[in-house]
Amino acid sequence: MLPEWEMALAVLGLVLISAVTRSFFFLGERPWLLPAWAERGLKYAPLAALAAVVFPEVLMSQGQAPHTWLDARYVAAPVAMVWAWWRRDMLTTIAVGMAVYLALKLGWGW
Amino acid sequence: MARVMPGMLTWGLVTGVAMAKAGLPLSIALMMSLGVFAASAQLSAVPLMLSGAPLWVIWLTALCVNLRFVIFSAQMRPHMMVLPKGWRLVAGYLTADVTYVLSVHRHGDKPPASEENLAPLAYFVGLAVVNWAGWNVASLCGVLFATWIPTAWGLGFAGTLALLGLLVTLSKDKRTMVSAALAGTAAVAAFALPYRLYIVVAVAAAVACGLLMDHLTQLRDEAEKARP
Repeated sequence: MLPEWEMALAVLGLVLISAVTRSFFFLGERPWLLPAWAERGLKYAPLAALAAVVFPEVLMSQGQAPHTWLDARYVAAPVAMVWAWWRRDMLTTIAVGMAVYLALKLGWGW
Repeated sequence: MARVMPGMLTWGLVTGVAMAKAGLPLSIALMMSLGVFAASAQLSAVPLMLSGAPLWVIWLTALCVNLRFVIFSAQMRPHMMVLPKGWRLVAGYLTADVTYVLSVHRHGDKPPASEENLAPLAYFVGLAVVNWAGWNVASLCGVLFATWIPTAWGLGFAGTLALLGLLVTLSKDKRTMVSAALAGTAAVAAFALPYRLYIVVAVAAAVACGLLMDHLTQLRDEAEKARP
């Protein structure tokens, strides 16, 4: 374990790093244009990033392929997707998904 | 933002709990909760700090974990340039995945923010401030009440469901859906890469796939036009 002052220094560095990476392309003053193809291609980036975060969270456990098909997430996630598509409402999507998930996990012991 | 807030709150809570349960000193956990505002960077830094890794390794890891935001910042640029430099840095700090996705979804192809057209910026600030405040409150609760929150409930799954719901409701056309599905699959396949680089790989794959589909549609349209 690092000494506490060094941890504090590490945390300060993390704050700086997250601010600079997130503002990377709009820190400079110079007008600066993306090539046209990149501009068009990047419209696919937001949903891709969401999917890239969500898929492994649903399909894998701790970075491994799961050992069993009896995983509450495999039922809860499709149910939540269908619900979200049908109702277009976030709050109930989370509620329905969690209800299915917890029922299977705590009720049936999946 | 109100739509995804419940999911974000539980996610903040879970991140806080994870930091406290990992055995981080309380002062550092609090400092991280309030300061860093980057769940994935925080969670990957914690085990490194506990194992006594050198500072540059911790920072390099955070840099790689945040790499996707470098791509995002290119798309946010038109709406940000109206701010002075210092505030642009603050705005960058406040950009999270959800803030970016919703901002670009609403204002991505609209005219850039300017003195007369502050709507894109106002939308961003509204999202960012609510998200930042909610996240911090939830994360602090997680750190302070870690021992009373059972991990068996799988509260983190609520955060995943929020993003899943967002993904479904924002899917507009077939091409975006196909590229998003490809991104998800690529992320699972490339998951073993260090530093969460799988997200960058997935975004690159989706952009390439999207451009290819655009190109093919264009070719098909031209072929149809050429036909007598």
